[in-house]
Amino acid sequence: MVAVRYQTAFRLYPYQKVPAQEAAAPLRHPVVIVGGGPVGMALALDLGNRGTPCLVLDDHDGVGLGSRAICFAKRTLEICDRLGCGERMVDKGVVWNVGRVYRDDREIYAFDLLPETGHKRPAFINLQQPYFEQFLVEEIRRKQAVGAPVEIRGRNAVTGLEQHADHVAVSVDTPDGPYRLEADYLVACDGANSPIRTMMGLDFGGRVFEDNFLIADIRMDADHPVERRFWFDPPFNRGETALMHKQPDDVWRLDFQLGWDIDRKAEMATDKVCARVAATIGADVPFDLVWSSIYTFRCCTMDRYRHGRVFFAGDSAHQVSPFGARGANGGVQDADNLGWKLSAVLSGAASESLLDSYHDERKQAAMENIANSSRAADFLTPRTPAHALFRDAVLDLVERYDFARPMVNSGRLSTPCTYDGSALNIPDGLPNGPSRSRPGSPASDVSLGDSHLLERFGSDFTLLAIGGPAAPVDGCKLVALSPADDESGALADRYLGDAGAAVYLIRPDHHIAARWPAFDAKTVTTAIRAALGGGGA
Amino acid sequence: MTDLILSVNLARSDDVYARLLAAHDGLDEAESQALNARLILILMNHIGDADVLMQAIDAAGPDPVDAELA
Repeated sequence: MVAVRYQTAFRLYPYQKVPAQEAAAPLRHPVVIVGGGPVGMALALDLGNRGTPCLVLDDHDGVGLGSRAICFAKRTLEICDRLGCGERMVDKGVVWNVGRVYRDDREIYAFDLLPETGHKRPAFINLQQPYFEQFLVEEIRRKQAVGAPVEIRGRNAVTGLEQHADHVAVSVDTPDGPYRLEADYLVACDGANSPIRTMMGLDFGGRVFEDNFLIADIRMDADHPVERRFWFDPPFNRGETALMHKQPDDVWRLDFQLGWDIDRKAEMATDKVCARVAATIGADVPFDLVWSSIYTFRCCTMDRYRHGRVFFAGDSAHQVSPFGARGANGGVQDADNLGWKLSAVLSGAASESLLDSYHDERKQAAMENIANSSRAADFLTPRTPAHALFRDAVLDLVERYDFARPMVNSGRLSTPCTYDGSALNIPDGLPNGPSRSRPGSPASDVSLGDSHLLERFGSDFTLLAIGGPAAPVDGCKLVALSPADDESGALADRYLGDAGAAVYLIRPDHHIAARWPAFDAKTVTTAIRAALGGGGA
Repeated sequence: MTDLILSVNLARSDDVYARLLAAHDGLDEAESQALNARLILILMNHIGDADVLMQAIDAAGPDPVDAELA
């Protein structure tokens, strides 16, 4: 029996019986990914692109209903570019830069994200999660057609697992009954209520925030500008907050804070939801209710994201409040971090110890995301009268003085983590270089006339040489540039600072592993070995 | 790191203190609390030094950390 836990928006990988279900002995797979959401599919696509065989098991056969995550950050789009589907995301997505903040019925300030120039991708797009998942799966299908070793099995529910010294034994249930398989490595991308985590008896600790939020996604023909609007204490939701945001297909996300003591069933009644919507957008504006849901949230994390041969990625490992769009974006970055490491270990290029750095780096990122999203939640949901006092004081002041604007916290939008202190970083050989490009940081994009820097990088290690000589080393791709290749000066500003030349070693996930003032082949070879965890063949 | 000043540092302190009290005259308790909160935020911004402010928050607590009181 494979239980149906939710309704799917559309089927992408219908159940098909495979010979493995009748095999006399369980078949071994290098990587088994449990859960076909954005994180699991991003990982599968990355592994497939690298030629590392992987099998995705999902207990459903398509994408869950409802827009859910709607905000995808630049870093996620850059990862999608590397995976091959960034263009599709951006073509469909809605780009926004302006946000307006209201209190009661007045606008108290507006902001423009004013994205830094030279980046191929915008700071954010709004895109319904089902599209994000669909485009990943479509890209997997395209890559499968040219030989990428990815397999997706729908309605395959993992019901048990055992860890052995050299593999994980997995029990799977299907509409045709159970079967067993084995994995060298298993990655649990099975969401905040991770069944794998429960099967393994692992803790998921953190804070519950005592608040409820109602999402109403509506379709309307409106000439509202594409702006993010956020209200404190609006007339249509007294004492609480509200958010309005544009998605593709003329769909708008409305998000109402409801407070803690509510009658959930009454609030979910369609009439009541529609009345709230009408009070927000105006009684005379026609609309269709597309999807609605009430959510609560926790900020939680597992202690460790690696347990032997089992890894946890995305919401199964850590959960954040929605403020700041750090859930799906953080999860995709988990996949980005783990894919190349699994491939390197399975191909023998790196030793197993490289995989420990997945926990170290992504736990650091998760703690950053949890801190940011908890602070936003504390601002929106003051826990004590003193907290409410200061929140209201900030809102009083923001109407009078500019200085208080940065204190208003309706979500600190997702940015990638710099892995300071990671064991994979090589000591900074250019300590006076730009801080944003120090070892551990995500490489910044730069416009190079008709192309962009990040798209010049390979999917393995890349050597970036600016303003000085360099030669290819150990098969890593060489990108040789002159500061003059970017007339805006951004290349020099982001990678050189006061230095006349620099050489960067870029990891397969486009984080910076090392940098030096000049090229030396032996130094680069040593650095690549260190960035692969120090062991290896 | 700049140390928080906890020795005498304010000239005309009687004048400022009197002005603080006067600002609260006629306010009810909630209004007074709100005024204090706004004042703290304005001063925080003016001081503009996170290290000093963290020391000040410690120093103002019911059980100040002696080590912080340079």
